[in-house]
Amino acid sequence: MTNPNQPVVRMSSITKHFLDVTANKNITFNLYPGEICALLGENGAGKTTLMNILFGYYTCDDGEIFIKGEKVNLSAPKNAISRGVGMIHQHFALVPSQTVLENIIIGTDSGKGIFLDLKSARQELLELQERFGLQIDPDARVWTLSVGEQQKVEILKALYRDVDILIMDEPTAVLAPAETVDLFSTLRSLVKEGRSVVFISHKLNEVMDISDRIVVLRGGQVVAERKTAETNTRELANLMVGRDLLEIIEKKTLNAGQPVLQIENLNALNDKKLLALKNLNLVVRQNEILGMAGISGNGQKELSEVLFGLRDPTDGIIKVNSVPLKFGSPASTIQLKMGRIPEDRIDTGLLMDLTVEENLILENHSSSEFHRYGLMKAGRIQQFSEDLISAYGIMTAGRDAVTKSLSGGNLQKVMLARELAGSPTVVVASQPTRGLDVGAMEYIHQRILQERERGAGILLISEDLDEIFALSDRIAVLFEGIIMGEAFGEQACREQIGLWMSGVKT
Amino acid sequence: MGEMLNIAFISGLIGATMRMATPIIFATLGEILAERSGVLNLGIEGIMLMGAMTGFLVTFASGSIWLGVLAAAVVGMLLGLLMAFLAVNLGLSQHVSGLGITLFATGLAMFIYRLHFGSPTVPPIIQPFKQITLPVLSKIPLIGPGLFTQYSLTYIAWLLIPVMSILLYKTKIGLKIRTVGENPVVADTVGVNVILTRTLCLVAGGALMGIGGSFLTLAHQNMFLIDVIGGRGWVAIAMVIFGNWDPFKGTLGALIFGFLDGLQLRLQGMGIAISFHVFLMIPYLLTIIALIGVSRRAAVPASLLKPYRREEKGG
Amino acid sequence: MISFRIVKREPLPGWAKVVIPIAAIIVTLILSAIPILIAGGHLWKSYYYLFYGALGTRFNLLETFVKSSPLLLTGLAVAFAFRAKFWNIGAEGQLLAGALTATALGVSLGGVPQPLVLPIIIIAGFVAGGIWASIPALLKTKLKVDDVVSTLLLNYVMIHIMGALLFGPLQQPGSSWPRSSAIIKAACYPILLARSRFHMGILLSLFAVFVIWFINKKTTFGYRSKAVGVNVRAAHFGGINTTSVILWTALISGGLAGLAGVGELCAIQYRLIMDISPGYGYSGIVIAMLGNLHPVGVLFSSLFFSVIIVGAQTMSRMTGVPTYIAEVIQGMALMVMLIFLLFTEYKIRVMRK
Repeated sequence: MTNPNQPVVRMSSITKHFLDVTANKNITFNLYPGEICALLGENGAGKTTLMNILFGYYTCDDGEIFIKGEKVNLSAPKNAISRGVGMIHQHFALVPSQTVLENIIIGTDSGKGIFLDLKSARQELLELQERFGLQIDPDARVWTLSVGEQQKVEILKALYRDVDILIMDEPTAVLAPAETVDLFSTLRSLVKEGRSVVFISHKLNEVMDISDRIVVLRGGQVVAERKTAETNTRELANLMVGRDLLEIIEKKTLNAGQPVLQIENLNALNDKKLLALKNLNLVVRQNEILGMAGISGNGQKELSEVLFGLRDPTDGIIKVNSVPLKFGSPASTIQLKMGRIPEDRIDTGLLMDLTVEENLILENHSSSEFHRYGLMKAGRIQQFSEDLISAYGIMTAGRDAVTKSLSGGNLQKVMLARELAGSPTVVVASQPTRGLDVGAMEYIHQRILQERERGAGILLISEDLDEIFALSDRIAVLFEGIIMGEAFGEQACREQIGLWMSGVKT
Repeated sequence: MGEMLNIAFISGLIGATMRMATPIIFATLGEILAERSGVLNLGIEGIMLMGAMTGFLVTFASGSIWLGVLAAAVVGMLLGLLMAFLAVNLGLSQHVSGLGITLFATGLAMFIYRLHFGSPTVPPIIQPFKQITLPVLSKIPLIGPGLFTQYSLTYIAWLLIPVMSILLYKTKIGLKIRTVGENPVVADTVGVNVILTRTLCLVAGGALMGIGGSFLTLAHQNMFLIDVIGGRGWVAIAMVIFGNWDPFKGTLGALIFGFLDGLQLRLQGMGIAISFHVFLMIPYLLTIIALIGVSRRAAVPASLLKPYRREEKGG
Repeated sequence: MISFRIVKREPLPGWAKVVIPIAAIIVTLILSAIPILIAGGHLWKSYYYLFYGALGTRFNLLETFVKSSPLLLTGLAVAFAFRAKFWNIGAEGQLLAGALTATALGVSLGGVPQPLVLPIIIIAGFVAGGIWASIPALLKTKLKVDDVVSTLLLNYVMIHIMGALLFGPLQQPGSSWPRSSAIIKAACYPILLARSRFHMGILLSLFAVFVIWFINKKTTFGYRSKAVGVNVRAAHFGGINTTSVILWTALISGGLAGLAGVGELCAIQYRLIMDISPGYGYSGIVIAMLGNLHPVGVLFSSLFFSVIIVGAQTMSRMTGVPTYIAEVIQGMALMVMLIFLLFTEYKIRVMRK
């Protein structure tokens, strides 16, 4: 019987360096049996790194780890799993093309000799599902499941391996409010039997809701530890960023002008050939920010891809400043002066192995301003990139620095600089602050507001409701490919929006 | 034209199809193993050539043809290990590592052969495999004689096809291989040793490729010529795509190629008045056309071509 | 328990780009001692004759340049393609396409004014190679066919086209061998230095180095092809017509390889034979990688390989080491270079637990 006063996990003096940054500095972290401990901190604070070390995925440069009283040497996840530690990452470790059953039993020893024994594994799985109320069809292929269901598969995977220390990294980032409730009740039933859960998050309200104890990380170090009952969001926010979290958003009241972006009857298929956008209609005007709220997976990806010219819709018209957009042509979007911020800046937006200058010039390298007779005008280009670097405060060794050496916030600044340099008519930003620290977030919000003031119309697609509420003049909610409703910023009520996000029409 | 449809012709063609397909079946199975674990092995052509040369050399020197086959397998394994070192342990570009191995192995094969045999006017030969006629099965009308009078290596190839299929789909290690090929991060987090799995697949695959190469100098012909492989390794690469990375479907592709190869020889022998080079071209052209047909629906193992390194900071 | 991890390292300073290939060459030469010794050759004598055979006399030195010309062109062809991630393994077939075209024209342009003959042949050879390379490029961009496989298979198709023509319409009348008639005098590359085979094509290939360098560094096309090679998705997002870039890259790449074929025909063989290329197209891959895909790097790396290939002939005569050692060294050089390149970005961390 585990002693509730003895930590089931003890990590002491953990230090971890990466090439350019020290992610964990001398961290001491304990976990007790039967508790849900929240690991709180903003993006980049070192939470995921610390837990990856506990999971054996990373190795620490310094420090010791004790699990259930025994000193351990975790050189691979295999060791951690054998000691009862399991981790569910933000991006699920599932193979989409395989079935639920295959995903769960991979690597385990169930079976006769060298052959897989699917029958008894299935039996065991069904028993687990009963116990914890996590019903999923074992023979379904994972790619057909919803995100919430996939998360359940991940939890079952851990339970199948008798994990009693479960680490969850930002588990609610991809869940609808109703699914979050579901998850929380599952977690509570897990710890009732003596297990422990580490809940990594940067969302204060949820942390207050689910945890028993909170450990706050900032800049790679532990700055505080609190019992949840003895603290509040204001104090936590302060601890998390070292000052009051309240971002000061000064939004001038402006009258929205002419429509700059008109989407009419847009229909589009997703990668599974199912209809992701259904007769979508939307208008964005000058001097206005339209915030598109919604849980990921409801058509945002497809909408942004159509707007960016990366996906062909099956039907519909899109007009920028009343000029129709040519579908499937990024060049057309550039020509019509649309500034685009893609959600995956690294893979889709930037050429990481090229220099900052080469990235800044991507969209106008063949304009008459920067080239002549097929030759690049090196001098003009240099001036252009230097101006942008200083205007946007991009922290880099120089215009010749390789782009992948930049931090996340600065990468996004390069993206912004490139897209906004030409004073676009309309700006479509998809998850622009995802994964960034607070400082970078604030900068990007300021920029977006500046563009609004300049006269651009902005479509802000974001899963961060705080961001949507702070910046938008109007809010629309996307659910299963249709707009559930629109509300004006000041009047919008969070409950209303939440219901729309869950598909409840009011 | 009437000659074409007589039984002897058809029978001979069936036999030839199986024969010509054999090296490609071995090579394709070996490549499927590698690619299913996530590694494109472009060393295949060189490994087959080294297998052909080694098999020939060892048979010549020892008088034992099975020893030659074994040596070819061992050489294939060593080269597979080298490929694993470059592409898996070091994570170098799979394209270039593989091509480097083909170039190295090709040069090495010719170097060693020349070293041992010099440049004789009459190329050295060995006693090749004899074809074996299976007792009952070869009496089946029409297809029997052709299908069941083959070299032992061909029969072994046939057995390997279902074995490979069972391995991939019904065993624990098969699930590990497939998971490593689809998402090595997933495999790593559940304790599968990604590097070891890929290495074993490359080594085993290399053995098969080596044996496939040796078929050409120990059974099909009885001497070693520089161009004995003649691009069959690349055809196997194409057959893996054509067969959607599945052992049975890949074999189908190999059979089609074997059929065309066999047909081309027979038509030449009948003095059909088209340049024999045109015939030689046809299998390759048709392989390309087949690829066009399947490339859209390809079920490529998702991690193919990506080296796996654990400590890249993702956050 | 000791284990190794490969982890990222700080970027190396600029001079590393030059030192690394040189170090790779030196290590390769040292490793070549192994096959030399296995062949029973005397080590120092072999090295001596290797270098003497390539550089020791005026004729040998000029021969080294002669041999470097096709290697330089195929090396440039492959480097140019790889830079845009168009995996052109088909330089061999594109070379043959150029040689074929040069042959067909070279035997039949008798009535054309002499000064025009060579320019026509050169341009036609370039275009022929370019077209042969554009087939797999189209297959890749429009039909998603893997370029490695398609370029490779087309090599064999071209060899057989050549064979069919050499046993057919192009065959020298009266001969039973697969060889063409000799090309007309006007189609032969002028020899520039007496008592050698040092020909105009060598200058042409040097000029190509400059042209490719210029395209890569100064032109908008060079920027676009670099972007496509680095991240085709982001290049597409940024408005670049990636299909067009890949096609033009293929045309130029194939054209360079075609020029290599024209050179072999019009400067060395003067008629088409089956063995016109001893694998120059494949050597081009090693040369391109060793040159780090940079035109000047390719220039030096092609000279290195030329030294090896030419020198190996003399070495073989004097020490009995088979000439195939050149191919073995080639393969080793590629692997050594790859490993060295890895260590410009990564280092090994030894973990003791």
